[in-house]
Amino acid sequence: MPSFVLYLIHTLFPHDVRRPTELGADFLIIMSGVIIVYYLTKQKKWRYLWDEWLTTVDHKKIGIMYLIAAIAMLFRGGVDALMLRTNLALPTTPVISASEYNEVFTTHGTIMIFFMAMPLIFALWNVAVPLMIGARDVAFPRLNAMSFWLFAFGALLLNISFVIGGSPNAGWTAYPPYTGVAFNPGPGENYFFLSLLIAGMGTTMTGINFLVTTLRMRAPGMTLMKMPMFVWTTLTTAALILFAFPPLTVALAMSLFDRLFGSSFFTLTHGGMPMMYVNLFWLFGHPEVYIVVLPAFGVFSEVVATYSRKALFGYSAMVLSVLAIMFLSYGTWVHHFFTMGAGPAVNAFFGLSTMLIAIPTGVKIFNWIFTMWGGRIQLTTAMLYQIAFIPTFVIGGATGILLATVPADYQLHNTYFLVAHFHNVLIGGVLFGLLSGTYYWWPKMFGHKLDERQGKWAFWLYFIGFWVTFGPQYLLGLEGMTRRMYTYPLGFGWHELNVISTVGAFIMGAGFVVMVYNVLYSLKYGERDLTGDPWDGRTLEWALPSPAPEYNFARIPVVTARDAWWDMKQKGQTLANSLSSHDISTLEMPKNTPVPFLLGLSFFVVGFGMTFEWWIIVAIGAIGVVASLLYSAFDYDEHKHINADVIRRTESALGRLQG
Amino acid sequence: MPKRRRRWPYRYIAPLVLVGLLVSGCGQQYVLLHPVGPVGKSELHLLILASLAMGIVIALVLILLAITVIRFRDKPGNRAPYTPNWHGNKTLETIWWIVPVVLLTVIAIPMVNQTFALAKVPKAKDPVVIDVTSLTWKWLFQYPGHHVATVNYLEIPTGEPVLFELTADSPMNTFWIPQLGGMEYTMPNRVLPLWLEADKPGVYWGHSGNYSGIEFEKMFFDVKAVSPAAFNRWLNQTHQTAPPMTMQDYHALLKFNTVGYQTYGNYPTDTFPSVMSGYTLTGSGMYLIEHNQHGLKYVPMSNK
Ligand code: HEM
Ligand SMILES: [Cu+2]
Repeated sequence: MPSFVLYLIHTLFPHDVRRPTELGADFLIIMSGVIIVYYLTKQKKWRYLWDEWLTTVDHKKIGIMYLIAAIAMLFRGGVDALMLRTNLALPTTPVISASEYNEVFTTHGTIMIFFMAMPLIFALWNVAVPLMIGARDVAFPRLNAMSFWLFAFGALLLNISFVIGGSPNAGWTAYPPYTGVAFNPGPGENYFFLSLLIAGMGTTMTGINFLVTTLRMRAPGMTLMKMPMFVWTTLTTAALILFAFPPLTVALAMSLFDRLFGSSFFTLTHGGMPMMYVNLFWLFGHPEVYIVVLPAFGVFSEVVATYSRKALFGYSAMVLSVLAIMFLSYGTWVHHFFTMGAGPAVNAFFGLSTMLIAIPTGVKIFNWIFTMWGGRIQLTTAMLYQIAFIPTFVIGGATGILLATVPADYQLHNTYFLVAHFHNVLIGGVLFGLLSGTYYWWPKMFGHKLDERQGKWAFWLYFIGFWVTFGPQYLLGLEGMTRRMYTYPLGFGWHELNVISTVGAFIMGAGFVVMVYNVLYSLKYGERDLTGDPWDGRTLEWALPSPAPEYNFARIPVVTARDAWWDMKQKGQTLANSLSSHDISTLEMPKNTPVPFLLGLSFFVVGFGMTFEWWIIVAIGAIGVVASLLYSAFDYDEHKHINADVIRRTESALGRLQG
Repeated sequence: MPKRRRRWPYRYIAPLVLVGLLVSGCGQQYVLLHPVGPVGKSELHLLILASLAMGIVIALVLILLAITVIRFRDKPGNRAPYTPNWHGNKTLETIWWIVPVVLLTVIAIPMVNQTFALAKVPKAKDPVVIDVTSLTWKWLFQYPGHHVATVNYLEIPTGEPVLFELTADSPMNTFWIPQLGGMEYTMPNRVLPLWLEADKPGVYWGHSGNYSGIEFEKMFFDVKAVSPAAFNRWLNQTHQTAPPMTMQDYHALLKFNTVGYQTYGNYPTDTFPSVMSGYTLTGSGMYLIEHNQHGLKYVPMSNK
């Protein structure tokens, strides 16, 4: 028995998770866990938590859970970033060791892409898309909850690696053979592959769900060319997910096989082909960058029209360009490894295809600017992000073109120039877009606005911090500094610029603090939204009260124009004043179910067991998976009814019922 | 709304960055801007060309955006026209499909040319060949035909192309000498070619550009470019005076650690894959690269 305990301690808490940072993190986690449990018990909130959140299938609540998870992950990823930057500002006295640095940049990248950007996108999709297309829920509500819990437990699995067993350390790209057991013993990379496999299942299902939702669930009259731009980007992104995640899954699974079962797909010995992994990874990876940026484009297309009080300029061209981006983004992946010797013909081809994809992207920029032209621009926080996005993203795209210029990329590849490029597009494009959407749809989610003054403070800190951080990194690239070094010798002239960059990172960190304060402050003091249409919006979600009732629309609207709600308001026919008592009938809605949560939990157990190769635990988890699925398959009682009277009462309490 | 909101910081950021770049760009530490060989130079020329073309786009967008935001602010008394339903204009839209196409074509044509040009070693004669193996946190350089091997430094002749054959007995790295030209991956079970040339004698630094473990950041190496005569002298002298590398020495190098400079007057033949597949520099396609005393032989894969 005692030897078993020793074994457990050595496996779960090996030397490299017994460092002060980890122990501190352990302590904080345990303390906050205790506080949360105490609070829930004291307030008797367990039942509420279970009934209202953990088992919910309501897209609006799932959206909010995604949002909370994404903000938590933004915090974790941000702290990682500050640790990295601190080290780089102090090359002579590194604060964290090489092995910690490697784990931290790996979790930083992985979390920011898979567990921050993706869930923030899914948050906005869940919150806005069904309302924008006049639907009562997504096409598959239960699948939607499963997606969420698979994502959440995948994220949990990656996050516990820091304190249990050790984190992955091969970068978010996880190139073999470095990920093989020969170079990378310990459970870290297992955590990486398994958490992404689990979350990836959820993501794929979300893709399917929203593809069907946007194609099949639109209100009568909303033809494809009347869909709001955000819904168009949802449709194309969902399609991208559907075809981009399979290569990732394959690459991850093969790498995992190499580690756990001794296969040699990508190993150094036995003729493994690491480059095959690189191909598979980027066959996913390049579509992935558009998976995260297209939704941001969608947000901007809504935000810019609303706050310029003007129709979106060049709608058809915008649709055409997202479709072009969708198709072209499968044809550019080799630009991530021009320097792996594919030969000049291949490189030239992919250089050209990359330049080609920049054209539709550029067209969108001009269309946004011309949406503002002739409008009346209100500088709200959401709009400030939009206005900052345009120059930032254009510069990011331009440096992308420099990288796509093949011979130039031979020099710039894997330098800080590349790091600056992708942060330029990922922060200036994706993060700004998603934050803009969060500020924009916040009233719809919570029934109050976020304080604008504080929001603008956070914005300026982010924006200025961004350029102070990443401007110097372009120069560092030209000075020949390569990425992923935990420290560097003096004498290359790299030190000063790194210090500036670190200062910028802390400015962004301050932005995050202000943003969180803004959220907490507004919960209590934020301006309440009683109309449901605080921004004088254009699309259907603003036709509903904030937050929308469980069934969304008491009566499904009929759409006749592109900006449906704007059009209705122009014609004086709002839903509120045209709804009469006999329009309302009893509705069938999906019923809460514990299956998605249990399924996620079971997969977590499988993943955890496999990470440590404890096959009994894997078997227990697998039984849980099968049992949940079987239960779900034979559970025919999946609907509930909302009585017409209940709906009448709700609507008239909201002042939306005639007579 | 306070008045000072009208000062738009981002209008100044791009010019500031540009000025900063120009002022500090002259500093010698900007190695990419100070190439000393034809490869680095032609890569720099493309970089500058692309930057100029993209600079036009950036400037255009910034100016247009600034005008728009200032002109169409929603403030009382703004007399700029308000056209809430204006949602398209064929002429304008055609213009901004065409502008990027033109600018990108300006970049694309020389890009394709240079991509093909740099894929061939210039000058008809056999180039100096150096076999490069990245090991875990060190570099092994071998001079086939001359029986000389070095660790973490290498010597090359000036004024003539040097063909590097790159492989790895370690996780992937990239072989990069910024002042001579761009990088290329070193990968296990593959051999990739890269040619570089130094115009003038000097010591240039090289580094790995691809993360490969906890001491990867120490994978710097030195490149000494000397006159061809001095280079040949060095080869002969080293071959005669330096101790030969034994198999034990090679296995010691495979350990996961860092080492200083090392010099060997010979090396066991099978430390660099003797038959390897990879793209070669004499044309596109897969070739087997075979060594003989005098140099290289390229055998097309289809002939085997
Ligand atoms: C005009 C559009 C764009 C062009 C021409 C472009 C071009 C490129 C090229 C050529 C590379 C590879 C450079 C190298 O590895 O040497 C690259 C890397 C990258 N780009 Fe872009 N890009 C564009 C837009 C975007 C967008 C919109 C995103 C994300 C939202 C993005 C994210 C990334 C990331 C994450 C990497 C590097 C990842 C890594 O190695 O870890 N790019 N880009
Ligand atoms: Cu890409």
